[in-house]
Amino acid sequence: MKMMKLTYLLAFALAVTLADTGCKNHRPVKVTQIPGSPTGNPNDQTDLNTKPYNNQPGPIAAAPLEEFEGMAKDPAALAAYTVHFAYDSSVVRKSERSNIQAVADALSRDSSAKLLIEGNCDERGTEEYNRALGERRALAVRQALAKGGIDPMRIRTISYGKDKPADPGHDESAWAKNRRDDFVLLHPKSGS
Amino acid sequence: MKNYQRFLKICLPIVFAAAAIHPVRGQNELTITREVPVIGNSKPIPVSLEGFSGEVADVLKLDLYVQGFSFTNADTAQYQISGTIAGSVQGRVVDRFAKSTILSHSYTGASLRRQAHAFADDIVQAITHKNGIAQTQIAFKVQSSTGNGEIFVADFDGHNAQSITHDNTIVAAPAWVPGRLAIYYTSYKRGNPDIFYHNLSTGQRHVVAGYSGLNTSAAVSPDGSKVAMILSKSGSPNVWICNADGTDLKRLTSSSEDSSPCWSPDGQWICFATKIADRRVLAKVPAGGGELQRIPTPGAPNPTEPDWSPDGKWIAFTSQTSEFDICVVPAGGGDPTVLVAGEDPSWSPNSRTLIFTRRTGGRYVLSVLDVFTKQVKDIARISGSDSQPAWAR
Repeated sequence: MKMMKLTYLLAFALAVTLADTGCKNHRPVKVTQIPGSPTGNPNDQTDLNTKPYNNQPGPIAAAPLEEFEGMAKDPAALAAYTVHFAYDSSVVRKSERSNIQAVADALSRDSSAKLLIEGNCDERGTEEYNRALGERRALAVRQALAKGGIDPMRIRTISYGKDKPADPGHDESAWAKNRRDDFVLLHPKSGS
Repeated sequence: MKNYQRFLKICLPIVFAAAAIHPVRGQNELTITREVPVIGNSKPIPVSLEGFSGEVADVLKLDLYVQGFSFTNADTAQYQISGTIAGSVQGRVVDRFAKSTILSHSYTGASLRRQAHAFADDIVQAITHKNGIAQTQIAFKVQSSTGNGEIFVADFDGHNAQSITHDNTIVAAPAWVPGRLAIYYTSYKRGNPDIFYHNLSTGQRHVVAGYSGLNTSAAVSPDGSKVAMILSKSGSPNVWICNADGTDLKRLTSSSEDSSPCWSPDGQWICFATKIADRRVLAKVPAGGGELQRIPTPGAPNPTEPDWSPDGKWIAFTSQTSEFDICVVPAGGGDPTVLVAGEDPSWSPNSRTLIFTRRTGGRYVLSVLDVFTKQVKDIARISGSDSQPAWAR
Protein backbone atom coordinates (compact mmCIF):
# COMPACT_ATOMS: atom_id res chain seq x y z
CA MET A 1 0.00 0.00 0.00
CA LYS A 2 2.80 2.37 0.96
CA MET A 3 4.72 1.39 -2.20
CA MET A 4 1.67 2.13 -4.34
CA LYS A 5 1.37 5.59 -2.86
CA LEU A 6 5.04 6.37 -3.50
CA THR A 7 4.86 5.24 -7.14
CA TYR A 8 1.77 7.34 -7.57
CA LEU A 9 3.54 10.33 -6.17
CA LEU A 10 6.61 9.84 -8.39
CA ALA A 11 4.47 9.47 -11.49
CA PHE A 12 2.63 12.63 -10.62
CA ALA A 13 5.87 14.54 -10.05
CA LEU A 14 7.23 13.33 -13.40
CA ALA A 15 4.04 14.38 -15.17
CA VAL A 16 4.25 17.84 -13.64
CA THR A 17 7.93 18.19 -14.62
CA LEU A 18 7.20 17.16 -18.20
CA ALA A 19 4.25 19.43 -18.48
CA ASP A 20 6.33 22.28 -17.13
CA THR A 21 9.15 21.64 -19.60
CA GLY A 22 6.71 21.40 -22.44
CA CYS A 23 5.22 24.67 -21.46
CA LYS A 24 8.60 26.40 -21.31
CA ASN A 25 9.20 25.69 -24.97
CA HIS A 26 6.18 27.77 -25.95
CA ARG A 27 5.72 30.49 -23.39
CA PRO A 28 8.56 31.55 -21.08
CA VAL A 29 7.38 32.47 -17.60
CA LYS A 30 9.86 35.32 -16.96
CA VAL A 31 11.14 37.63 -19.70
CA THR A 32 13.90 40.15 -19.05
CA GLN A 33 13.82 42.97 -21.57
CA ILE A 34 17.32 44.19 -22.45
CA PRO A 35 17.28 47.86 -23.48
CA GLY A 36 18.77 48.73 -26.88
CA SER A 37 18.33 47.56 -30.45
CA PRO A 38 19.30 44.01 -31.47
CA THR A 39 22.97 43.49 -32.29
CA GLY A 40 23.55 43.71 -36.03
CA ASN A 41 25.27 41.18 -38.26
CA PRO A 42 29.02 41.45 -37.54
CA ASN A 43 29.66 41.31 -41.29
CA ASP A 44 27.50 44.35 -41.88
CA GLN A 45 29.98 47.00 -43.04
CA THR A 46 27.78 49.96 -42.11
CA ASP A 47 27.99 49.03 -38.43
CA LEU A 48 31.78 49.03 -38.24
CA ASN A 49 32.03 52.54 -36.78
CA THR A 50 29.31 51.96 -34.24
CA LYS A 51 30.36 52.24 -30.63
CA PRO A 52 28.39 50.50 -27.89
CA TYR A 53 26.72 53.73 -26.76
CA ASN A 54 24.98 54.07 -30.11
CA ASN A 55 22.94 51.02 -29.26
CA GLN A 56 21.62 52.71 -26.16
CA PRO A 57 18.16 54.14 -26.60
CA GLY A 58 17.42 57.80 -25.91
CA PRO A 59 19.70 60.77 -25.33
CA ILE A 60 23.35 60.61 -24.35
CA ALA A 61 24.13 61.97 -20.90
CA ALA A 62 26.42 64.99 -20.66
CA ALA A 63 30.13 64.73 -19.92
CA PRO A 64 31.24 66.19 -16.57
CA LEU A 65 32.18 69.88 -16.85
CA GLU A 66 35.51 69.25 -15.05
CA GLU A 67 36.72 67.33 -18.09
CA PHE A 68 36.74 70.62 -20.02
CA GLU A 69 38.22 72.86 -17.35
CA GLY A 70 41.15 75.05 -18.35
CA MET A 71 41.01 74.18 -22.07
CA ALA A 72 41.87 76.92 -24.57
CA LYS A 73 39.04 78.00 -26.86
CA ASP A 74 39.66 78.17 -30.61
CA PRO A 75 36.50 79.57 -32.21
CA ALA A 76 38.21 80.23 -35.58
CA ALA A 77 39.21 76.65 -36.40
CA LEU A 78 35.68 75.39 -37.12
CA ALA A 79 33.95 78.70 -37.83
CA ALA A 80 33.33 77.68 -41.44
CA TYR A 81 31.23 74.68 -40.39
CA THR A 82 28.39 76.34 -38.48
CA VAL A 83 25.26 74.18 -38.73
CA HIS A 84 21.91 75.88 -39.41
CA PHE A 85 18.37 74.79 -38.52
CA ALA A 86 14.81 75.25 -39.74
CA TYR A 87 12.42 77.47 -37.73
CA ASP A 88 11.59 76.06 -34.30
CA SER A 89 13.42 72.81 -35.14
CA SER A 90 16.36 70.92 -33.69
CA VAL A 91 16.40 68.32 -36.50
CA VAL A 92 19.81 68.10 -38.22
CA ARG A 93 19.11 68.56 -41.92
CA LYS A 94 20.82 66.52 -44.64
CA SER A 95 22.30 69.73 -46.05
CA GLU A 96 24.30 70.16 -42.83
CA ARG A 97 25.93 66.74 -42.87
CA SER A 98 29.11 67.83 -44.69
CA ASN A 99 29.75 70.45 -42.01
CA ILE A 100 29.25 67.88 -39.26
CA GLN A 101 31.61 65.51 -41.10
CA ALA A 102 34.25 68.27 -41.27
CA VAL A 103 33.94 68.78 -37.49
CA ALA A 104 34.17 65.01 -36.95
CA ASP A 105 37.31 64.89 -39.13
CA ALA A 106 38.95 67.68 -37.12
CA LEU A 107 38.25 65.82 -33.88
CA SER A 108 39.53 62.54 -35.37
CA ARG A 109 42.77 64.21 -36.50
CA ASP A 110 43.56 65.55 -33.04
CA SER A 111 42.66 63.13 -30.28
CA SER A 112 43.64 65.64 -27.57
CA ALA A 113 41.11 68.20 -28.83
CA LYS A 114 37.57 68.51 -27.49
CA LEU A 115 34.54 70.39 -28.72
CA LEU A 116 32.10 73.01 -27.45
CA ILE A 117 28.84 73.25 -29.38
CA GLU A 118 26.98 76.55 -28.91
CA GLY A 119 23.25 76.31 -29.71
CA ASN A 120 21.44 79.49 -30.77
CA CYS A 121 17.95 80.59 -31.84
CA ASP A 122 16.32 83.36 -33.81
CA GLU A 123 14.47 86.01 -31.83
CA ARG A 124 10.97 84.72 -32.45
CA GLY A 125 10.42 82.23 -29.63
CA THR A 126 9.90 83.12 -25.98
CA GLU A 127 13.10 83.46 -23.93
CA GLU A 128 13.27 80.32 -21.82
CA TYR A 129 11.69 78.21 -24.58
CA ASN A 130 14.52 79.35 -26.82
CA ARG A 131 17.12 78.60 -24.16
CA ALA A 132 15.86 75.00 -24.16
CA LEU A 133 15.60 74.95 -27.98
CA GLY A 134 19.24 76.13 -28.33
CA GLU A 135 20.30 73.32 -26.01
CA ARG A 136 18.30 70.79 -28.05
CA ARG A 137 20.05 72.00 -31.21
CA ALA A 138 23.49 71.59 -29.61
CA LEU A 139 22.55 68.14 -28.26
CA ALA A 140 21.21 67.05 -31.68
CA VAL A 141 24.56 67.76 -33.34
CA ARG A 142 26.39 66.11 -30.43
CA GLN A 143 24.29 63.04 -31.06
CA ALA A 144 25.03 63.20 -34.82
CA LEU A 145 28.78 63.40 -34.12
CA ALA A 146 28.47 60.44 -31.76
CA LYS A 147 26.76 58.47 -34.52
CA GLY A 148 29.72 59.39 -36.70
CA GLY A 149 32.07 57.75 -34.24
CA ILE A 150 33.17 60.69 -32.09
CA ASP A 151 33.18 59.98 -28.36
CA PRO A 152 30.38 62.22 -27.02
CA MET A 153 32.30 62.59 -23.75
CA ARG A 154 34.66 64.86 -25.72
CA ILE A 155 31.75 67.20 -26.50
CA ARG A 156 30.24 69.90 -24.29
CA THR A 157 27.10 71.88 -25.12
CA ILE A 158 25.94 75.37 -24.21
CA SER A 159 22.76 77.20 -25.19
CA TYR A 160 22.65 80.96 -25.61
CA GLY A 161 18.97 80.94 -26.54
CA LYS A 162 18.39 84.12 -28.49
CA ASP A 163 20.94 86.14 -26.48
CA LYS A 164 23.79 85.91 -29.04
CA PRO A 165 22.41 86.48 -32.53
CA ALA A 166 24.95 86.27 -35.39
CA ASP A 167 22.91 88.91 -37.23
CA PRO A 168 21.07 91.58 -35.20
CA GLY A 169 18.46 92.07 -37.97
CA HIS A 170 14.74 91.39 -37.60
CA ASP A 171 14.01 89.68 -40.93
CA GLU A 172 14.01 86.14 -42.32
CA SER A 173 17.58 86.38 -43.64
CA ALA A 174 18.85 87.37 -40.18
CA TRP A 175 16.71 84.72 -38.47
CA ALA A 176 18.05 81.98 -40.81
CA LYS A 177 21.63 82.92 -39.84
CA ASN A 178 20.78 82.97 -36.13
CA ARG A 179 19.22 79.48 -35.95
CA ARG A 180 22.58 77.78 -35.61
CA ASP A 181 25.17 75.70 -33.80
CA ASP A 182 28.62 77.29 -33.67
CA PHE A 183 31.65 75.06 -33.01
CA VAL A 184 34.53 75.97 -30.71
CA LEU A 185 37.55 73.66 -30.80
CA LEU A 186 39.05 73.13 -27.34
CA HIS A 187 42.78 72.48 -26.90
CA PRO A 188 44.52 71.32 -23.75
CA LYS A 189 46.50 74.24 -22.27
CA SER A 190 50.16 73.95 -23.36
CA GLY A 191 52.26 72.22 -20.71
CA SER A 192 49.36 70.15 -19.41
CA MET B 1 18.29 97.34 1.18
CA LYS B 2 16.40 99.21 3.88
CA ASN B 3 13.39 99.37 1.61
CA TYR B 4 13.28 95.60 1.27
CA GLN B 5 13.52 95.10 4.98
CA ARG B 6 10.73 97.56 5.36
CA PHE B 7 8.77 95.66 2.75
CA LEU B 8 9.34 92.41 4.55
CA LYS B 9 8.58 93.78 7.99
CA ILE B 10 5.55 95.85 7.14
CA CYS B 11 3.96 94.64 3.94
CA LEU B 12 4.24 90.89 4.17
CA PRO B 13 2.50 90.48 7.52
CA ILE B 14 -0.23 92.80 6.25
CA VAL B 15 -0.58 90.76 3.07
CA PHE B 16 -0.82 87.52 4.95
CA ALA B 17 -3.08 88.86 7.68
CA ALA B 18 -5.43 90.44 5.18
CA ALA B 19 -5.45 87.29 3.09
CA ALA B 20 -6.48 85.26 6.10
CA ILE B 21 -9.32 87.53 7.14
CA HIS B 22 -11.89 87.80 4.41
CA PRO B 23 -13.85 90.93 5.11
CA VAL B 24 -17.60 90.70 4.82
CA ARG B 25 -19.68 93.75 4.07
CA GLY B 26 -22.11 94.95 6.70
CA GLN B 27 -25.58 93.52 6.28
CA ASN B 28 -27.85 96.26 4.97
CA GLU B 29 -31.54 96.09 4.26
CA LEU B 30 -30.59 97.18 0.76
CA THR B 31 -29.30 94.40 -1.45
CA ILE B 32 -26.30 95.66 -3.35
CA THR B 33 -25.65 93.57 -6.44
CA ARG B 34 -21.98 93.63 -7.16
CA GLU B 35 -20.71 92.86 -10.61
CA VAL B 36 -18.93 89.51 -10.70
CA PRO B 37 -15.53 90.25 -12.22
CA VAL B 38 -14.98 88.53 -15.55
CA ILE B 39 -11.46 88.00 -16.82
CA GLY B 40 -10.78 90.41 -19.68
CA ASN B 41 -14.33 91.75 -19.74
CA SER B 42 -15.02 93.80 -16.61
CA LYS B 43 -15.81 97.53 -16.50
CA PRO B 44 -13.34 99.72 -14.64
CA ILE B 45 -14.52 101.47 -11.45
CA PRO B 46 -14.86 105.22 -12.19
CA VAL B 47 -13.07 107.46 -9.69
CA SER B 48 -12.14 111.15 -9.58
CA LEU B 49 -8.77 112.39 -8.37
CA GLU B 50 -8.43 115.92 -6.99
CA GLY B 51 -5.82 117.88 -5.08
CA PHE B 52 -2.75 115.88 -6.10
CA SER B 53 -0.06 116.87 -8.55
CA GLY B 54 3.36 115.85 -9.79
CA GLU B 55 4.85 112.55 -8.66
CA VAL B 56 2.08 111.74 -6.19
CA ALA B 57 -0.60 112.18 -8.87
CA ASP B 58 1.45 110.08 -11.33
CA VAL B 59 1.90 107.28 -8.77
CA LEU B 60 -1.81 107.23 -7.84
CA LYS B 61 -2.90 107.24 -11.49
CA LEU B 62 -0.67 104.33 -12.49
CA ASP B 63 -1.35 102.31 -9.34
CA LEU B 64 -5.12 102.67 -9.69
CA TYR B 65 -5.29 102.32 -13.49
CA VAL B 66 -3.54 98.93 -13.48
CA GLN B 67 -5.86 97.74 -10.70
CA GLY B 68 -9.05 98.35 -12.64
CA PHE B 69 -9.96 101.99 -11.95
CA SER B 70 -10.76 104.64 -14.56
CA PHE B 71 -10.64 108.43 -14.12
CA THR B 72 -13.53 110.80 -14.59
CA ASN B 73 -14.81 114.03 -13.01
CA ALA B 74 -16.25 114.27 -9.51
CA ASP B 75 -19.86 114.38 -10.77
CA THR B 76 -19.76 111.03 -12.55
CA ALA B 77 -17.29 109.19 -10.33
CA GLN B 78 -18.45 106.36 -8.11
CA TYR B 79 -15.68 107.21 -5.64
CA GLN B 80 -14.20 110.67 -5.12
CA ILE B 81 -10.51 110.58 -4.19
CA SER B 82 -9.10 113.86 -2.91
CA GLY B 83 -6.29 115.13 -0.76
CA THR B 84 -3.23 117.33 -0.39
CA ILE B 85 0.53 117.04 -0.56
CA ALA B 86 1.54 119.57 2.09
CA GLY B 87 4.90 117.99 2.94
CA SER B 88 3.22 114.63 3.22
CA VAL B 89 0.31 112.87 1.58
CA GLN B 90 -3.18 113.24 3.05
CA GLY B 91 -6.04 111.52 1.32
CA ARG B 92 -9.76 110.88 1.47
CA VAL B 93 -12.12 108.60 -0.42
CA VAL B 94 -15.85 109.36 -0.58
CA ASP B 95 -18.38 106.84 -1.84
CA ARG B 96 -20.61 109.18 -3.87
CA PHE B 97 -23.50 106.68 -4.05
CA ALA B 98 -23.50 105.83 -0.33
CA LYS B 99 -22.63 109.44 0.49
CA SER B 100 -20.05 108.39 3.05
CA THR B 101 -16.34 108.79 3.60
CA ILE B 102 -14.79 105.35 3.43
CA LEU B 103 -11.16 106.38 3.91
CA SER B 104 -9.41 109.36 5.47
CA HIS B 105 -5.74 109.01 6.20
CA SER B 106 -2.43 110.84 6.26
CA TYR B 107 1.01 109.43 5.63
CA THR B 108 4.47 110.38 6.91
CA GLY B 109 8.00 109.17 6.47
CA ALA B 110 9.99 107.62 3.61
CA SER B 111 9.25 109.59 0.43
CA LEU B 112 6.18 111.16 -1.13
CA ARG B 113 6.37 108.38 -3.71
CA ARG B 114 6.13 105.66 -1.01
CA GLN B 115 3.38 107.57 0.80
CA ALA B 116 1.42 107.72 -2.47
CA HIS B 117 1.84 103.95 -2.96
CA ALA B 118 0.62 103.36 0.61
CA PHE B 119 -2.42 105.58 -0.06
CA ALA B 120 -3.12 103.66 -3.29
CA ASP B 121 -3.11 100.36 -1.37
CA ASP B 122 -5.52 101.82 1.21
CA ILE B 123 -7.82 103.03 -1.58
CA VAL B 124 -7.89 99.57 -3.17
CA GLN B 125 -8.54 97.97 0.22
CA ALA B 126 -11.33 100.45 1.08
CA ILE B 127 -13.13 100.08 -2.26
CA THR B 128 -12.55 96.44 -3.25
CA HIS B 129 -11.71 94.89 0.17
CA LYS B 130 -8.66 93.30 -1.51
CA ASN B 131 -4.95 93.81 -1.00
CA GLY B 132 -3.38 96.20 -3.47
CA ILE B 133 -0.10 95.78 -5.32
CA ALA B 134 1.30 99.31 -4.94
CA GLN B 135 4.00 98.36 -2.41
CA THR B 136 5.15 95.11 -4.03
CA GLN B 137 8.48 94.33 -5.70
CA ILE B 138 9.58 92.71 -8.95
CA ALA B 139 12.80 91.13 -10.23
CA PHE B 140 13.74 91.13 -13.91
CA LYS B 141 16.53 90.95 -16.43
CA VAL B 142 18.10 94.01 -18.08
CA GLN B 143 20.03 93.18 -21.23
CA SER B 144 22.31 95.38 -23.33
CA SER B 145 22.81 95.04 -27.09
CA THR B 146 25.83 92.77 -26.42
CA GLY B 147 23.50 90.12 -25.00
CA ASN B 148 25.02 90.53 -21.55
CA GLY B 149 22.95 91.90 -18.70
CA GLU B 150 22.19 92.01 -14.99
CA ILE B 151 19.38 90.98 -12.67
CA PHE B 152 17.48 93.96 -11.23
CA VAL B 153 15.02 94.33 -8.37
CA ALA B 154 12.58 97.27 -8.33
CA ASP B 155 9.21 98.48 -7.14
CA PHE B 156 6.43 96.93 -9.26
CA ASP B 157 6.27 100.16 -11.30
CA GLY B 158 9.96 99.96 -12.23
CA HIS B 159 11.06 102.73 -9.85
CA ASN B 160 13.81 102.37 -7.21
CA ALA B 161 15.51 99.82 -9.44
CA GLN B 162 18.74 98.29 -8.18
CA SER B 163 21.09 95.96 -10.01
CA ILE B 164 21.72 92.99 -7.75
CA THR B 165 24.36 91.43 -10.04
CA HIS B 166 27.44 93.11 -11.53
CA ASP B 167 28.84 90.31 -13.66
CA ASN B 168 28.42 91.64 -17.22
CA THR B 169 27.39 88.23 -18.49
CA ILE B 170 24.23 86.59 -19.82
CA VAL B 171 21.60 86.30 -17.10
CA ALA B 172 18.10 84.86 -17.13
CA ALA B 173 14.94 83.81 -15.36
CA PRO B 174 14.92 85.39 -11.87
CA ALA B 175 12.52 83.69 -9.43
CA TRP B 176 11.62 84.85 -5.91
CA VAL B 177 11.60 82.73 -2.81
CA PRO B 178 8.01 83.36 -1.58
CA GLY B 179 7.90 85.72 1.39
CA ARG B 180 11.66 86.17 1.54
CA LEU B 181 14.28 88.59 0.23
CA ALA B 182 16.00 85.96 -1.85
CA ILE B 183 15.94 85.00 -5.50
CA TYR B 184 17.21 82.28 -7.81
CA TYR B 185 18.41 83.11 -11.31
CA THR B 186 20.49 81.80 -14.19
CA SER B 187 23.94 83.30 -14.83
CA TYR B 188 26.59 82.42 -17.42
CA LYS B 189 29.23 83.92 -15.11
CA ARG B 190 31.18 80.64 -14.91
CA GLY B 191 30.97 79.94 -18.67
CA ASN B 192 27.91 77.75 -18.35
CA PRO B 193 24.28 78.58 -17.62
CA ASP B 194 24.15 77.82 -13.88
CA ILE B 195 21.39 78.45 -11.32
CA PHE B 196 22.38 80.69 -8.41
CA TYR B 197 20.67 81.29 -5.07
CA HIS B 198 21.12 84.93 -4.03
CA ASN B 199 20.26 86.28 -0.59
CA LEU B 200 19.30 89.93 -1.18
CA SER B 201 19.74 90.93 2.47
CA THR B 202 23.35 89.78 2.71
CA GLY B 203 24.29 89.90 -0.99
CA GLN B 204 25.69 86.40 -0.68
CA ARG B 205 25.09 83.83 -3.38
CA HIS B 206 26.05 80.31 -4.37
CA VAL B 207 25.49 77.86 -7.23
CA VAL B 208 22.54 75.54 -6.68
CA ALA B 209 22.66 73.75 -10.06
CA GLY B 210 25.85 73.86 -12.14
CA TYR B 211 25.66 70.63 -14.08
CA SER B 212 26.88 70.02 -17.64
CA GLY B 213 24.60 71.58 -20.22
CA LEU B 214 21.59 73.72 -19.38
CA ASN B 215 20.65 74.77 -15.82
CA THR B 216 17.84 77.33 -15.98
CA SER B 217 14.22 78.37 -15.31
CA ALA B 218 14.31 77.96 -11.51
CA ALA B 219 10.88 78.03 -9.81
CA VAL B 220 10.60 77.98 -6.02
CA SER B 221 7.89 75.98 -4.21
CA PRO B 222 5.34 78.04 -2.22
CA ASP B 223 6.97 77.01 1.09
CA GLY B 224 10.44 77.80 -0.27
CA SER B 225 11.77 74.31 0.44
CA LYS B 226 12.08 73.01 -3.15
CA VAL B 227 13.21 74.27 -6.53
CA ALA B 228 11.94 73.02 -9.89
CA MET B 229 14.13 73.78 -12.91
CA ILE B 230 15.21 72.76 -16.39
CA LEU B 231 18.41 70.68 -16.63
CA SER B 232 19.84 68.91 -19.69
CA LYS B 233 22.48 66.84 -17.88
CA SER B 234 20.88 63.58 -18.96
CA GLY B 235 20.84 64.58 -22.63
CA SER B 236 17.59 66.50 -23.09
CA PRO B 237 16.05 69.55 -21.38
CA ASN B 238 13.74 68.20 -18.66
CA VAL B 239 12.05 69.26 -15.44
CA TRP B 240 14.10 68.39 -12.34
CA ILE B 241 13.45 69.12 -8.69
CA CYS B 242 15.80 69.56 -5.73
CA ASN B 243 15.89 70.98 -2.22
CA ALA B 244 16.34 74.75 -1.84
CA ASP B 245 20.10 74.20 -1.38
CA GLY B 246 20.43 71.96 -4.46
CA THR B 247 20.55 68.61 -2.66
CA ASP B 248 18.28 65.61 -3.31
CA LEU B 249 18.10 66.14 -7.08
CA LYS B 250 15.40 64.20 -8.92
CA ARG B 251 14.25 64.10 -12.53
CA LEU B 252 10.49 64.61 -12.95
CA THR B 253 9.98 64.40 -16.73
CA SER B 254 11.54 62.59 -19.64
CA SER B 255 9.90 64.24 -22.64
CA SER B 256 12.34 65.90 -25.01
CA GLU B 257 11.05 69.47 -25.19
CA ASP B 258 10.29 70.74 -21.68
CA SER B 259 10.59 74.38 -20.55
CA SER B 260 9.47 76.93 -17.92
CA PRO B 261 8.24 75.04 -14.82
CA CYS B 262 6.01 76.79 -12.23
CA TRP B 263 4.32 75.60 -9.01
CA SER B 264 0.68 75.28 -8.04
CA PRO B 265 0.11 77.36 -4.88
CA ASP B 266 -0.66 74.22 -2.86
CA GLY B 267 2.79 72.88 -3.78
CA GLN B 268 1.31 69.68 -5.23
CA TRP B 269 1.91 70.25 -8.95
CA ILE B 270 4.50 71.58 -11.32
CA CYS B 271 3.12 73.02 -14.54
CA PHE B 272 5.42 73.40 -17.54
CA ALA B 273 5.49 73.68 -21.34
CA THR B 274 6.24 70.55 -23.35
CA LYS B 275 5.48 68.71 -26.58
CA ILE B 276 3.07 65.78 -26.69
CA ALA B 277 2.23 63.95 -29.93
CA ASP B 278 4.02 66.64 -31.92
CA ARG B 279 2.01 69.50 -30.39
CA ARG B 280 3.25 72.09 -27.95
CA VAL B 281 1.08 71.97 -24.83
CA LEU B 282 0.96 72.82 -21.15
CA ALA B 283 1.17 69.88 -18.77
CA LYS B 284 1.47 69.27 -15.05
CA VAL B 285 3.26 66.61 -13.07
CA PRO B 286 2.99 65.84 -9.32
CA ALA B 287 5.86 67.53 -7.48
CA GLY B 288 6.70 64.18 -5.92
CA GLY B 289 6.86 62.54 -9.35
CA GLY B 290 4.24 60.61 -11.30
CA GLU B 291 1.97 60.70 -14.29
CA LEU B 292 1.97 63.76 -16.50
CA GLN B 293 -1.41 65.41 -17.17
CA ARG B 294 -2.25 67.75 -20.02
CA ILE B 295 -3.72 71.21 -19.34
CA PRO B 296 -5.74 71.92 -22.49
CA THR B 297 -5.63 75.45 -23.92
CA PRO B 298 -8.10 75.15 -26.81
CA GLY B 299 -7.79 78.05 -29.23
CA ALA B 300 -4.50 79.29 -27.71
CA PRO B 301 -1.81 77.36 -29.61
CA ASN B 302 1.86 76.83 -28.74
CA PRO B 303 1.60 77.69 -25.04
CA THR B 304 4.82 78.43 -23.13
CA GLU B 305 5.84 80.26 -19.91
CA PRO B 306 2.96 79.22 -17.60
CA ASP B 307 2.50 80.94 -14.23
CA TRP B 308 -0.06 79.64 -11.71
CA SER B 309 -1.98 82.38 -9.86
CA PRO B 310 -1.36 82.52 -6.08
CA ASP B 311 -5.10 81.95 -5.43
CA GLY B 312 -4.86 78.73 -7.44
CA LYS B 313 -7.62 79.60 -9.90
CA TRP B 314 -5.75 80.53 -13.08
CA ILE B 315 -2.74 79.73 -15.18
CA ALA B 316 -1.38 82.63 -17.24
CA PHE B 317 0.81 81.74 -20.23
CA THR B 318 2.14 82.95 -23.58
CA SER B 319 0.43 81.70 -26.73
CA GLN B 320 2.28 81.92 -30.03
CA THR B 321 0.54 82.37 -33.34
CA SER B 322 2.13 84.83 -35.78
CA GLU B 323 2.59 87.04 -32.70
CA PHE B 324 2.61 86.39 -28.97
CA ASP B 325 -0.38 86.83 -26.66
CA ILE B 326 -0.85 86.82 -22.91
CA CYS B 327 -3.59 84.28 -22.10
CA VAL B 328 -5.26 83.03 -18.94
CA VAL B 329 -6.88 79.60 -18.56
CA PRO B 330 -8.77 78.23 -15.52
CA ALA B 331 -6.29 75.95 -13.73
CA GLY B 332 -8.98 73.30 -13.36
CA GLY B 333 -9.71 73.28 -17.11
CA GLY B 334 -11.79 75.45 -19.42
CA ASP B 335 -11.43 77.89 -22.25
CA PRO B 336 -8.51 80.28 -22.25
CA THR B 337 -9.00 84.04 -22.58
CA VAL B 338 -6.63 85.94 -24.84
CA LEU B 339 -5.87 89.23 -23.08
CA VAL B 340 -3.22 91.37 -24.82
CA ALA B 341 -0.15 91.00 -27.04
CA GLY B 342 2.90 90.10 -24.93
CA GLU B 343 5.04 87.39 -23.40
CA ASP B 344 6.21 85.85 -20.12
CA PRO B 345 3.42 86.77 -17.63
CA SER B 346 3.98 86.74 -13.85
CA TRP B 347 1.11 87.06 -11.34
CA SER B 348 0.90 89.72 -8.65
CA PRO B 349 0.46 88.42 -5.09
CA ASN B 350 -3.27 89.26 -5.19
CA SER B 351 -3.91 87.20 -8.39
CA ARG B 352 -5.46 90.15 -10.23
CA THR B 353 -2.59 91.81 -12.09
CA LEU B 354 0.06 90.42 -14.43
CA ILE B 355 3.46 91.84 -15.29
CA PHE B 356 4.74 90.76 -18.70
CA THR B 357 7.08 91.73 -21.54
CA ARG B 358 6.14 93.52 -24.71
CA ARG B 359 8.31 93.72 -27.84
CA THR B 360 8.87 97.12 -29.31
CA GLY B 361 11.60 98.18 -31.75
CA GLY B 362 13.63 95.01 -31.34
CA ARG B 363 13.73 95.13 -27.53
CA TYR B 364 11.54 94.25 -24.59
CA VAL B 365 9.73 96.60 -22.21
CA LEU B 366 7.83 95.59 -19.08
CA SER B 367 4.11 96.17 -18.87
CA VAL B 368 1.49 95.70 -16.15
CA LEU B 369 -1.99 94.38 -16.94
CA ASP B 370 -5.22 94.27 -14.95
CA VAL B 371 -6.63 90.94 -16.13
CA PHE B 372 -10.26 91.90 -15.40
CA THR B 373 -10.45 95.20 -17.30
CA LYS B 374 -7.48 94.60 -19.62
CA GLN B 375 -6.15 98.04 -18.65
CA VAL B 376 -2.43 97.97 -19.36
CA LYS B 377 0.52 100.36 -18.89
CA ASP B 378 4.27 100.14 -19.50
CA ILE B 379 6.33 100.60 -16.35
CA ALA B 380 9.50 102.71 -16.00
CA ARG B 381 12.24 101.46 -18.28
CA ILE B 382 15.75 100.87 -16.92
CA SER B 383 17.85 100.57 -20.07
CA GLY B 384 18.36 98.26 -23.03
CA SER B 385 15.90 95.40 -23.05
CA ASP B 386 13.95 94.67 -19.84
CA SER B 387 12.40 91.18 -19.66
CA GLN B 388 11.62 88.02 -17.65
CA PRO B 389 9.74 89.79 -14.84
CA ALA B 390 9.01 87.90 -11.61
CA TRP B 391 6.61 89.38 -9.08
CA ALA B 392 7.62 88.97 -5.43
CA ARG B 393 4.85 87.20 -3.56
